[in-house]
Amino acid sequence: MNLTLHVWRQKNANDKGKMETYQAKDISDHMSFLEMLDVVNEQLADKDIDPIAFDHDCREGICGMCSLVVNGTPHGPERGTTVCQLHMRHFKDGDTIYIEPWRARAFPVQRDLIVDRSAFDRIMAAGGFVSVNTGGTPDANALPIPKKDADTAMDAAACIGCGACVAACKNASAMLFVSAKVSQFAYLPQGQAERKARVSNMLAQMQKEGFGNCTNFYECEAACPKEISVKFIAKMNREFMRAKVLKD
Amino acid sequence: MSTNAPPSFSNATVGKKILMAITGFLIIGFVIVHLVGNLQIFIGQHQLNVYAETLQNMGALKWAFRIALLVFFLVHIWKGIVLWLENRSARPVSYTKETNQESTLASRTMIYTGALIVFFVAYHISHFTLLDCHPEYQSLPLVDGRFDVYSMIILGFSEPLIAALYIIFVGLVAFHISHAFSSLFQTLGLTKPELLKRLRLFGALLAWLIFLAYASIPVAVLAKIITLPGGGH
Amino acid sequence: MKLDPKIPSGPLAEKWDSHKFNMKLVNPANKRKYKAIVVGSGLAGGSAAATLAELGYQVSCFCYQDSPRRAHSIAAQGGINAAKNYQNDGDSVYRLFYDTIKGGDFRSREANTYRLAQVSTNIIDQCVAQGVPFAREYGGLLANRSFGGAQVSRTFYARGQTGQQLLLGAYSALTRQIGIGAVKMFPRTEMLDLVVVDGRARGIVVRDMISGEISSHAADAVILATGGYGNVFYLSTNATGCNVTATYRAHKKGAFFANPCYTQIHPTCIPQSGDYQSKLTLMSESLRNDGRIWVPKKKGDDRPPHQIPEDERDYYLERKYPSFGNLAPRDISSRSAKEACDDGRGVGPTKVGVYLDFSDAINRLGKDVIADRYGNLFDMYERITGENPYETPMRIYPASHYTMGGLWVDYNLESTVPGLFVLGEANFSDHGANRLGASALMQGLADGYFVIPYTIGNFYARSGNSDVTTDHPEFKKAEAEVTERTKKFLSIGGKRTPDSFHRELGKIMWEYCGMARNEAGLKKALEQIPKLREDFWSDLKILGSGEELNQMLEQAGRVADFLEFAEMMCYDALDRDESCGAHFREEHQTKEGEAKRNDDNYAYVAAWEHTGVGSKPNLHKEPLVFENVEFATRSYK
Repeated sequence: MNLTLHVWRQKNANDKGKMETYQAKDISDHMSFLEMLDVVNEQLADKDIDPIAFDHDCREGICGMCSLVVNGTPHGPERGTTVCQLHMRHFKDGDTIYIEPWRARAFPVQRDLIVDRSAFDRIMAAGGFVSVNTGGTPDANALPIPKKDADTAMDAAACIGCGACVAACKNASAMLFVSAKVSQFAYLPQGQAERKARVSNMLAQMQKEGFGNCTNFYECEAACPKEISVKFIAKMNREFMRAKVLKD
Repeated sequence: MSTNAPPSFSNATVGKKILMAITGFLIIGFVIVHLVGNLQIFIGQHQLNVYAETLQNMGALKWAFRIALLVFFLVHIWKGIVLWLENRSARPVSYTKETNQESTLASRTMIYTGALIVFFVAYHISHFTLLDCHPEYQSLPLVDGRFDVYSMIILGFSEPLIAALYIIFVGLVAFHISHAFSSLFQTLGLTKPELLKRLRLFGALLAWLIFLAYASIPVAVLAKIITLPGGGH
Repeated sequence: MKLDPKIPSGPLAEKWDSHKFNMKLVNPANKRKYKAIVVGSGLAGGSAAATLAELGYQVSCFCYQDSPRRAHSIAAQGGINAAKNYQNDGDSVYRLFYDTIKGGDFRSREANTYRLAQVSTNIIDQCVAQGVPFAREYGGLLANRSFGGAQVSRTFYARGQTGQQLLLGAYSALTRQIGIGAVKMFPRTEMLDLVVVDGRARGIVVRDMISGEISSHAADAVILATGGYGNVFYLSTNATGCNVTATYRAHKKGAFFANPCYTQIHPTCIPQSGDYQSKLTLMSESLRNDGRIWVPKKKGDDRPPHQIPEDERDYYLERKYPSFGNLAPRDISSRSAKEACDDGRGVGPTKVGVYLDFSDAINRLGKDVIADRYGNLFDMYERITGENPYETPMRIYPASHYTMGGLWVDYNLESTVPGLFVLGEANFSDHGANRLGASALMQGLADGYFVIPYTIGNFYARSGNSDVTTDHPEFKKAEAEVTERTKKFLSIGGKRTPDSFHRELGKIMWEYCGMARNEAGLKKALEQIPKLREDFWSDLKILGSGEELNQMLEQAGRVADFLEFAEMMCYDALDRDESCGAHFREEHQTKEGEAKRNDDNYAYVAAWEHTGVGSKPNLHKEPLVFENVEFATRSYK
């Protein structure tokens, strides 16, 4: 199939950037979206045009590196699918496709479709851990954890940190990302000791990074390639109240 | 851990949301109580006027209620504006192509419906409470020694333009509530997705109910289902 | 140079304990005076960086991804082994050790493997304490499963995302240290050279992948945890960014490279669908429990699968290995698929694939049971291929998955360059010629959490710190070389992209040094690779400059190293004139097509010393001594 692509091109963080139009020729149904871009990049290189820079790594939907907004939807139209696992059979010959980077003040564009997501790492550094050093931990079975709690914690822990929730949110809020980590630990006994500090500090860091606030659009859940539920945002809200009510 | 102390409750991102949710919940409560009062117009002139007088005679309680309501509104408006400003600045460059998957029109327009509601509330208070717009209401003859709220309302809604304005107004309120109702449960920590889904439906239903019930009064006046006691204007 | 593995004396079970006692310690107050560089932030690198920082050392950690959380350990699906014996089914440290040695076809070091089995139990404790949500039973205790044909249930798992959860555990520990300033993290930074001063590893030269700036970092020890080299085949289950550059650059600076020909092929991957293919996706091997593998009996049979009658199908694994059938080991299953395709009986549009058919299982157990067992995998298959495996048989084909070879290290995980330590998949140490399922995660975390924190202390205490800084001429020289190389890439001005060279190299390696190798093929590869390398250096096309984010340039550097590395890999495969584990030399097989080891002549680690580009590396042999286990031959008939 042949496609018309409108792609965001931006030399570096200081460049203003703009949409450019390219033709993608002889695209096979079986290609993944990123393989389609690989082919386009080879075609561009032939014409001495700089290839489109985009983030990708595992290409199997787990590393969270790929980050394209396809026709206004992070990771494209398929639910529960990262863009590296989106295949071209979901498009038709002659389609026009808009490809843009994640858009958020906290995720500045570094080049073309590549953004800086280090804000997520800083949020994690503010409390996304259990403070245990290596060694000296009790036997793994010393503390039984109800299966239901472990399963719920795992539902939250499935987050791949790609940032699609931020890209999808009309407010560029990172609540789904933060709530996934806060909830994972809130459901586990290991997370109890730092439960109150964790939620306050991670949320404070989120705010400091310049992400927006949650206004319950639920766009994040729809865009999340791991289909993480907004119930974890509700859970985090509860954790926040709990932390404020139960002073130390 | 971050070196700076976390912001205070009312400045924290979730804190602001919780304030919005709680004040919003109370305002919805007021909207419903207010509606119950208004609907007494269908029972008749005497009932409505007695109800109005009872409220007016509550004295200190009345003022406490008014001040509380004002505070709810001010907090709701203030935090709403702050949230909106922060949210706008969180995305300085917008998408060339925008797609909505899950968000409703109501959720995306809360700040606009909210702003219009503020404007209408101001008009409404000056219209029916302070009587600024229509000083002539003050000279309505007393009925059984009471101020004739019943006639005032019918007089007010007999003007099609004002009636239409009120219908739009309650439409906006209902639209605002259609997102607000379920949203406040999410903000206050409801972690059952199935229940949230049902609450979203219920919120829409409630919004329709509020709209239809409120709008029924000007419509009834225009349709001459309820009329002035004398039968004419 | 004689290779000294520095294996402690004494009985096997006491070696690690006595070694820990005999090693020198660094005074707690002095720890902050020692610097460590960790390259790579996967299970091995992330856990090492976090743990060293907890101990008080000054740590700098580097990764090419935008966040340490994205290292390819994240993609491991199945699980992690540990000799906990929670299931009371006869597991023990010794059994895990023995299974690992046997699985590695007697080509790994006893002492290292035993230590791995020993510390495996601590890993699970550590991960649970970090909040890793492992699968649990209703009683709240940890669940286990048997994995990869093991006779005991010793595999811990977190749905199909065990690697992700373990990595996020290590990442959370790392990020905590970053937050308190104990680790300085350098994401999107690629190591391009190792700096050796007076025979000791003293630092690295890196490129900032955003600005293109080349800079140096000095330390008292350098730790490489940069993963495997599976992408030498271009198509593999590795991430597209995985590369051999860090370990190969270290090799060029004097670190010996051990057993590069030991590459593991995974039998159940989704086949390539066209030339544009950028990677292969692994499907859990558990599918073979219920799926039947077959190809048409007739060559070039183009009929759709359901039109091929039962008696015209060849269920070749069931035919050749009646007792194991479709569950035959990874290497046997892989090679049989290749044989069928080489014979012209492959299926699918490219004719490189075999059917994995669930129709019998669905008829027997019902669709619901199959959906319950494999629903996620079936969905993933359909997402990628657009075919519904409930109705049409899946198509599978083997792909490169893991590399057992790596930089040679001694018992302390120190390479032949003093002060250079190598962890995880990047070293060669524990898996021999083949790796057991669910053991890669175990080894990465064992090295990072529980081995290097001890052995590096001993190294520091014995060799002391020094005042070598990045102003030293060796650093300047290395930086200049890196800059020069970048300039060279940009100045060739040819016609072909780095990707096209990488694809071509991959084809050569897969053809001649892939699942099955023979002398003639390897010699052919050894002729073709230098030619391709010449083409690369004369016809490469790179757009843009070195002073910006330039993905073409990044790739060029990696492909250039693969083009040299591949040659060494072929030399190793040629030298190892036996079959063992995943290394299958067609000349050495039993009547049944089984690998035939030659323990008399090849029970050694082949450690290669760099002698210059294009010249054959020098072979050093570390004899493998088995004091506790006896050589045995496996049989799957």
